[in-house]
Amino acid sequence: MKFVRFLKIILMLDFVKALLIAVKMIFKQKKTINYPFEKGKISTRFRGEHALRRYPNGEERCIACKLCEAICPAQAITIESTEREDGSRKTTRYDIDMLKCIYCGLCEESCPVDAIVQGPNFEFATETREELYYNKQKLLDNGDRWESILAANIKANNPYR
Amino acid sequence: MIEYISILFDQTYKILFLLVPVLVSVAMMVWLDRRVWAFVQKRRGPNVVGPFGLLQSLADALKYMFKEIIIPASSNKVIFILAPVTTMTLALIAWAVIPFGDLLVISNINVGILYLFAVSSLGVYGIIMGGWASNSKYPFLGAIRSAAQMVSYEVSIGVIIINVLLCVGSLNLNDIVKAQHNIWFIIPLFPMFVIFFISALAETNRPPFDLPEAEAELVAGYQTEYSGMMYAMFWLGEYANILLMCSLGSILFLGGWLSPIDLYPFTLIPSPFWLIIKILILFILFALVKAIVPRYRYDQLMRLGWKIFLPFSLLWVVITSSYLFYFDLLPGN
Repeated sequence: MKFVRFLKIILMLDFVKALLIAVKMIFKQKKTINYPFEKGKISTRFRGEHALRRYPNGEERCIACKLCEAICPAQAITIESTEREDGSRKTTRYDIDMLKCIYCGLCEESCPVDAIVQGPNFEFATETREELYYNKQKLLDNGDRWESILAANIKANNPYR
Repeated sequence: MIEYISILFDQTYKILFLLVPVLVSVAMMVWLDRRVWAFVQKRRGPNVVGPFGLLQSLADALKYMFKEIIIPASSNKVIFILAPVTTMTLALIAWAVIPFGDLLVISNINVGILYLFAVSSLGVYGIIMGGWASNSKYPFLGAIRSAAQMVSYEVSIGVIIINVLLCVGSLNLNDIVKAQHNIWFIIPLFPMFVIFFISALAETNRPPFDLPEAEAELVAGYQTEYSGMMYAMFWLGEYANILLMCSLGSILFLGGWLSPIDLYPFTLIPSPFWLIIKILILFILFALVKAIVPRYRYDQLMRLGWKIFLPFSLLWVVITSSYLFYFDLLPGN
């Protein structure tokens, strides 16, 4: 047994085997993707950048119930609201500090009208801090931008809720 | 005066004709190294800058040029700046004696191999100077390690070179290549080639012997305090050294610029082509080894160098010389 081991070391059998495996691996399919040009598939439940949705007639969904503000563990959400002329309660201010946010998804869970949602976008890096203090307008714009995907995601997840 | 200037111009022209391709190929080698490494790990590697990412090294160099060079306040400034310059210079001056064809060499000196050996031994100074002048603990530890490591493996490389020289009977690199006309030395001296290859890995601080810059233990070893273009010069010098070791290996064992098949259509191909092919093959082997082996422990490294390689190559010197003597094959007889 000792002699076999000695031969193995002298002939560097393990090394040669590893070298052959390495050469074999060179011609295998790559496991990584060309990221900025080609993106990986993400789940319908992916918790990315926030968005405020609207009803199809353009009315904001948010009813200023402040459940998201209450449940937010990082206290990243700030909401102020007033009563409108037609008697409905709507937000005047809806801010999310994206730097505080921990992307837990509890705001989305708590929302009774599917107004605040987390979309599939994860590429919203900015050059300054200030740009990441999202206000209501920014969130609504996000909602308009991603609406088709957001609606599809909510529909796909509906049976499990 | 005119004569002097014309000689100077002639030499400068020759040197530039060698150094520019060497530097460009060093940049390409960095790309190749990263690419092979990535491919073995089923990654894609650098593939964005230029075709297949070929210009990645140029982009990196550009980035380094615009970065600030930070010189630590407590460092020895002169030596600190001199260290990467030394590494780079020593890695480049060695190319003066590498023959790319029959007498296609800048200076065909008779002790070419000795010159190469001396220059590569001096290479350790760049690293020691860098580690010492940084005046900080990790660079210092890295420099000490590299000094011990490079000195130990140089001994066995020296003995291996003696083996080859016994078969050639000349220290001239051109003669060494020509002596392999009938048979490349890799065939009779195969164990020596393997030991040379492993020692070359240790000599150029490549994995599995990259202890001087072991990033898991020493941050980046002797390069820790370096930034910007000074770091890039260390990096270029290191790869130029690797290329040099590859070319030394192909000259000593793989027949240098000789074509593998000595027949009509193959002899038409210019000889530098064959040397470049052989260097490339050796370099790809270097890159593959980097991808497949874990780093050695320090005591294992020393044991391998002093207790296994040195006695074995000494034994092989005895075997080679007695074989040559017994069968009356000694060159020069």
